[in-house]
Order: sequence, then C-alpha cells, then structure tokens
Amino acid sequence: MKAFAALYRELDASTGSRDKQLALQAYLRTVPAEDAAWAVYFLAGGKPRQLVPARLLRELARNAAGLPEWLFSESYEAVGDLAETISLLLPPPTEPHALGLAQWMRSELLPLRKLSPDAQADALRRHWAQLPPEERLVYFKLITGGFRVGVSRLQVTQALAAVAGVDAKRIAQRLMGYTHIGATPIAADFQALIAPEDPQELNQKTSGQPYPFFLAHPFNEALERFPELLGEPAQWQVEWKWDGIRAQLVRRAGQVWLWSRGEELVTDRYPELAALGEALPDGTVLDGEIVVWRPDPTQPERTDGCAQPFAELQKRIGRKTLGPKLLRELPVVLVAYDLLEWQGLDVRGLPQHSRRDTLDALVADLRHPQLVASPLLQGENWAALAQQREAARSLGVEGMMLKQREAAYGVGRTKDVGTWWKWKIDPMSVDAVLIYAQRGHGRRASLYSDYTFAVWNAPPGTEGRQLVPFAKAYSGLTDVEMAKVDAIIRKTTVESFGPVRSVKPTLVFELGFEGIGRSPRHKSGIAVRFPRMLRWREDKPVEEADTLQTLAALLPVSPSTTPPA
Amino acid sequence: MACGTLNVLMSAPPSSANDLVIARPEGLYCPPGDFYIDPWRPVDRAVITHAHSDHARTGHGHYLAHTDSAGTLRQRLGASIPLQTLPYGEVVEHQGVRVSLHPAGHVLGSAQVRLEHGGRVWVASGDYKTEADGTCPPFEPVRCDTFITESTFGLPIYRWPTQAVLFADINAWWRRNAEAGRASVLLCYAFGKAQRILHGVDASIGPIVVHGAVEPLNAVYRAAGVPLPPTHRVTDPAMDREALKRCLVLAPPSAQGTPWMKRFGADASDAFASGWMQVRGTRRRRGVDRGFVMSDHADWPGLMAAIKGTGAEHIRVTHGSVPVLVRWLTENGLDAQAFETAYGDEDGEAPAQDNAPSVRAETDPVRAEPVEAFKAFPEGPSTSSGRTDIEVEGKASQDHPAP
Repeated sequence: MKAFAALYRELDASTGSRDKQLALQAYLRTVPAEDAAWAVYFLAGGKPRQLVPARLLRELARNAAGLPEWLFSESYEAVGDLAETISLLLPPPTEPHALGLAQWMRSELLPLRKLSPDAQADALRRHWAQLPPEERLVYFKLITGGFRVGVSRLQVTQALAAVAGVDAKRIAQRLMGYTHIGATPIAADFQALIAPEDPQELNQKTSGQPYPFFLAHPFNEALERFPELLGEPAQWQVEWKWDGIRAQLVRRAGQVWLWSRGEELVTDRYPELAALGEALPDGTVLDGEIVVWRPDPTQPERTDGCAQPFAELQKRIGRKTLGPKLLRELPVVLVAYDLLEWQGLDVRGLPQHSRRDTLDALVADLRHPQLVASPLLQGENWAALAQQREAARSLGVEGMMLKQREAAYGVGRTKDVGTWWKWKIDPMSVDAVLIYAQRGHGRRASLYSDYTFAVWNAPPGTEGRQLVPFAKAYSGLTDVEMAKVDAIIRKTTVESFGPVRSVKPTLVFELGFEGIGRSPRHKSGIAVRFPRMLRWREDKPVEEADTLQTLAALLPVSPSTTPPA
Repeated sequence: MACGTLNVLMSAPPSSANDLVIARPEGLYCPPGDFYIDPWRPVDRAVITHAHSDHARTGHGHYLAHTDSAGTLRQRLGASIPLQTLPYGEVVEHQGVRVSLHPAGHVLGSAQVRLEHGGRVWVASGDYKTEADGTCPPFEPVRCDTFITESTFGLPIYRWPTQAVLFADINAWWRRNAEAGRASVLLCYAFGKAQRILHGVDASIGPIVVHGAVEPLNAVYRAAGVPLPPTHRVTDPAMDREALKRCLVLAPPSAQGTPWMKRFGADASDAFASGWMQVRGTRRRRGVDRGFVMSDHADWPGLMAAIKGTGAEHIRVTHGSVPVLVRWLTENGLDAQAFETAYGDEDGEAPAQDNAPSVRAETDPVRAEPVEAFKAFPEGPSTSSGRTDIEVEGKASQDHPAP
C-alpha cells in the first residue's frame, strides 16, 4: 500500500507524461506481481462493486473527526471529493501497518461487502487507525471507487508494453476485460499481461476477450473543405452514427460473449443478442451498436421497423430484471458495421471495404431478425451527403460516420492505421437563464461550476411570467469564463439550500442538447439529452431568453417518442 | 432549508454603542479613539497590523505600526508617509483608548492590536499564524473580551504540516531536481513567504535565485536581523548555465508564464507554496508540478487555539470563511458575529470569497482632497507603565472585568 500510495502521489504531482510513464514503469518493475495486478486494475479504470455505502463511510468519518453534519458538508463542498475530504479530516493514525496493496484488497477491503454495517464500521475504524495521511487518500479512493489520477488507460498500456517488451496493441488486447467490475486480479493475471508474445495467443478460441474498440474522431469542418481534407466520397464508407450502445458480439468455442465499450460483459442483459450469437459460426466477432428497434407509427413504410431513440434503450439499462413485457416492448437488435474476427482469424488488418463485404455476406446468409447491417450511404459528392445528413434528427441518429475504405481497424482513438470520423449534426439550442448553482468536483472543487438552467413559461410582456428550470449543465465554459461566472454567482446569491445556491437571474447561456422529449417528471414537462453550454450570452438580457414555447417547438412530432430520463 | 450558513453573514451584526470596534465603509473603526484599523479607504488615523497591500493602503493622514513594519511600509507606500512606530507591548493612549501591538506571527512586523477603554479589552488580530517560523516573533495570545479574528482557512480540512515536514519536502524536491540538472521554480508571495522559505531551506543544495520583486524585501528582513542565505539575481554573472540547472528560484505567482521564467529552461520543475495547495483540485487547477502546503495564515487548529487562548467570549470574524466560523463558534457557546471587510488573501489562488463587499471596487486609492490636519497619536507619557498591564500568554489581569 505504501508503494502504491507513493506512486499515486508521484503521478498526481507530475504534469509531464514522460515522468508519469517512468514512474509507472518503475512501480510495475519493482512491486510484487500480486500488487501490480491490482494497481493495473485501478489505474486502467477498474472499479470494484461498492464496498461500503457512501452514507455509512461519511457518517463514520464525520464522527471520527468530531464534526457536525453541516461542517462536514461545507468541507466536502470545498474539496469536491469524498475520499479526499475524509482523508483530510480524520485524526492522525495510532499504529502502523505493513500490508501490501493486494493484501489490503484481499483480506481487508473486498470482504467489507459481506459484513454487517456494525462490522464494517469496526473494520473501517481499525483501518484508518493504521493508515498514515499519505496512504489514506488512496485507501478511501479504493473504497469510494473514484480512482482517477490523470493517467489514461493508454499510458498504462504503454507502461506495461515497456515492462513486458511486447507490442502495445497486444497489451491493449490482453487488457480487454481486465477491469471488469467483478474482477479480482491475482499475480498470475499480471504475469499473463506482461508475458512474452506467444503465437498461440492469436488462437483465442477458448477466451471471450473482445478486441480493443476502434474509436472515431470528431470532424467539424466546413463543407467546402471536405474535398481538400478527405478527398472524394468514394474513398469513404459512409454510415449513420447510431445512438445506442457500442458493443462487440464474440462467438468462440460454442460460447457467446457480448461486451459493451465500457468493457462490461452484458450478455445477460440482452438475451435476444445472446441468441443471435449462438446463430453465428464459431470464430466470429462483430462490432456494432445495440439499439431498440421496432415498427414506428410515424414511419409506416418501414415495415421492418427502425431505430428508436436512446431514451428507449435507457429504460432497459436501468432495469434489474427483464420481464417478458419489457422484452416485447423494447426489443433490441445489433446494428453491425464491422467484422473483427472471421473463421477464427483476426481480420482487423484487412481493408474496411473487404471486412464489410464479408459482413454483408454473413448478414445475408444468416437472415437473423436481431442482426441488421448498418446501411451504407451513397452520395455523388459531399454536398449530397450533407443534404442526406439533414434527415439525421428525424431518423434518431446523431449524424454520419466516415470510414476510410482502405484502412485497417485501429486500436482506441488512434489514426495510425486509418481513421474513423464522426460527422455529427449541430445540436439543438436555446438561450436559457442560470438560476441555481452548485460547486463542482475534482479540478473544479469549490468553484460554482454545475448549473441549473431555466426558460420563461410565457412570451415576453406576459404579466407575472416565471422562469422554469429544465436542464442542468456542467460543461462548455473555459476556465476563465467559469471563474467569472463563479464570482458573479457568489455576488448574486439569493439563498442557499445546502450545497445549492439560488441566484438572481442575470446570466444567459446558449444551451445545446442532442435530444428533447416530454417528461412528466420534470417541472417544465420537458427533458433534454446531453445539455451543455455552447456560449455565454453576455450580450443578452434575461428578458430575452427563450421560452417553454421555443422548447416545445423542438419536440419531435412522433407521439411514440418518449423523453430521455 | 437544509443549511443556511450564509444567512449569518447577510444579517448585519447588531452593533452596540459600547463596541470598541465597529465595521464602517472605510474599515474597522474605533469610535472612542476615532481611528481605524487597516482601513481600505483613506482616513485620518490608521493603525496598521502589517504591510501586506490589502491591509496597508496609501492616503491615510497618519499611520501607526510596529517598528519592524517601517521598512516595508515605507518601501511600499512611500518613504515620506506620516508613520509612527511602536515596539511590541508598549502602550500609547489616544483619547482615552490604550493601544498596544502584539506579535501576530504572520510576517515581519505583523501585529495584533490591543485596545482598552472603559474596562473593556478588544484585540484585532489582523492576519496571523500560530506556528513559529523563525522570521518574526511568534503569535502571542492576548487576553481580551472581544477578539477580531481572520478566517482565511476557516475549514477543518486545513491543517498545516509542521515546519520540519514542510521543509523536508521542499528540500527533497529541490535536491531531486538539482540532481536531475533542472531548475526548481517555487512560486510564492514575495513578502513573508519568500523570506520564510529562504530562512527554512537547506541552502547547501544549490544556488538561490530570486525575482526582482523578492530581493528588496529580503533586504528589509536582513536589516531586521533575520538570517537569510545568500540570494542571487538572475543577471548575476555567477548564475551561468550550470548554476541555473541546480538553482532554486523564488518568484511571485504573477511571474508564472512570463519571459523572465524562460531563462530556467523548459524542463524546469515548478511548484506553488500556498495553504490552498491542501486541496488536490486547487493544486491541479494551478497547473504546477508540485503544491507545497504552506501558509502565513492560521490553519483550523491554529484558529481554534488562538481564539481559545484569548479567553474572549465575543468573537468578530473577518475575511475568509466567515459564515462557517461564525456558525461553528456560535454552536460552541461563543458570541460570534461577522465583520465585513475588504481584506484579500495574499496566499494566492483563493476561491472567491462569499458575498465579499464591493467596497474594494469603490475604493479610491488616493484621497483627492488634502489631509486636513495631522493628528498624531499622543506618544506617551502614557498613564500606563509600558507593558506590565498588558496581558500576554494567558496571564490573568487585575483591572480586567471578570468575564
């Protein structure tokens, strides 16, 4: 634990990626493999199931520090991170410990989940009586699961590659699934990560490991620059950008695995896709998007159904049990757009168009209702494609994907073997008024950076019209703008309710969002998806902000479209 | 409402006619003595707790400050300011108010102001720090009825490492950089913190370079007898390429990103010394390699110890975490109220203060009309016999009304 805490501090204290890389490698080379196994798990983004309810942790820490609830809250608001707040507030330790990271995980932390609240409390108090301040932050981060230290998964991959002397792409693949939520990595797992490359490794018939997902880069250029930057459309495979869950369906050795991009194994969540997997030939891996797909009354010509908004899929994600009614009302398909493994061979190195040809043949042969090939879009020139893209909103997609026809399938967000561009449609937007603010977390600790926005409930000039909250947004401002807004919020505070402040309405922002729907749960009756600040409208008086009527005009006409949660 | 701590600040404190200090638009005011303490608008008579710019401003008719503040005050406000100085513990009487200064441990010459009148004793602490740092006399608790305290770091998350731990950290960082052949740039406030660092670091690690804003203050400290290691300007011929690779650089935060910094190379390691570095988010926002938790203000335990040490039952809280401290003290049985002031925080990188009064913006740095009359504080022979009746270090007093 000492070594891991020291690594954490070193990573936290260095701003250069070279320093971070050296610190990571030095750590991985020197600590016992069982500790390295857990360190990689956490640094690469692994998060165990909640070990102790945050409420209990908070309560125990507050009592140990001898503080009233309000003062603990004030402290938390200033720090913006529960683990850090607790580690700053606890009294100093009284005894030493000599356990390594793996021992802490195995014999102290993971067993916490199964204990009664009283036994958890005893264990926690015993733990922090042993931990010096510099190890406490890491310890509480392990418990609260908010382990982020400015190291990307790619950096961890590179450090492992350097330590192992193995190509980073191979390491990336070995890392797939390593950070699964239920994982309990042991020394052998770490040794497998850094083992010398073995030709047998390509033959993964018995393993459900997916391939690292190839990720797209945003493309926001003006249309007239397209030919210069991209060449002709004929060099590109153009598809819709689906608004669902990115997933790989793996079929090997008579078994099926469905992985989400977050490396969650979600096979159980989508039984209809598990059934699809069983229909695939062994040694096949498909890349695509899980979407809710069903006939739509507004598009009667589409007898085979069509993709539904993400909000529909979200209704399934939140459910613990999938009843027959839910499965009937919210059926999913895999909209497949790539083939990564075929007949037991890794085909990622083949050109995009040839992978696609094989995929099309497979889809046609199989004729499975849960497998839809993502349609290829055609256009004589970019302008024609741009025109088609106008229909994206009504089709429930986010825009278009542009994939180089001759390119291989890359690893992560890279461009070395080819590029995928996402050419998204502009967000919808309204001018809204900031009415509540709350302090942020992490880098924004103690800054008022999380805002609630409102629009007017009646047109200008209406007597007694009011501002109705409809969205929260946290992102889109520069640091400088945020500092200015923070200062204005403090000066114009009307009331504070715990961590939330209501402010005198003076600030207007252009708020962008990707989707909009009716919502009985919201005061405004409307909910928006991915709201963020596009621009601070310092030029716009509050009275000229938009109204509920403006928002309502953006609602889709389809009666079946239900709002995002 | 879940928690209305802010409302404490919003309700104006009921000021009694008997108060020895009240908040006025010009600053903290002593009605019977007709003078101000650290006023932010020009006034006739001002007692200055210390020479930081938010406490010592230009344009007052008369200044009273500690002897060791003379150098910095004259340097910052002009050599010709009408300044009267006092050593710690000596009493002057003005319109029946007995005024004396006592160590605040903040920076060289920093003082708490003790006021005694009509059987009441008030102490205005200015800015203070409770741990001794070797560059100025350490904070002394002064018994009083009413204590005016700052609250810059008024949250229990602020607990400073000891001087020993702090300097071991700074030395280790500098040594490691020097061994790697890169400069160590430490950003810190030029007055007080820079000298405290100079006094505390292990100067055998390498040469020390200081920014032009720091060196004049070093001179003031040296003149006051505070031992500081040799310091160089970057233009010093001895500071060649090799020397710069091992040096420690002390510069004010405003120097970050300026061309002056380029001389130390792109691979120089940078750090920031401030109490705000206690919180990881603030440290990351600052964008430096290292944050050293170092402040010339009291941490939470320091504030608590100082308040307790005065024995005061009435507390007035100024600049910083005012609503929090007022509520905490009230819940602990003290009469605590807020005083609105325009003091800032030289610790740098503070989160904006809540409901800070807007007087700072309105402040006229120099009063236009000429000072009408020069009224000095009558300098002795005060009826008091110097420091004997001033309570320090918690000793009980004879003439003190029982609390």
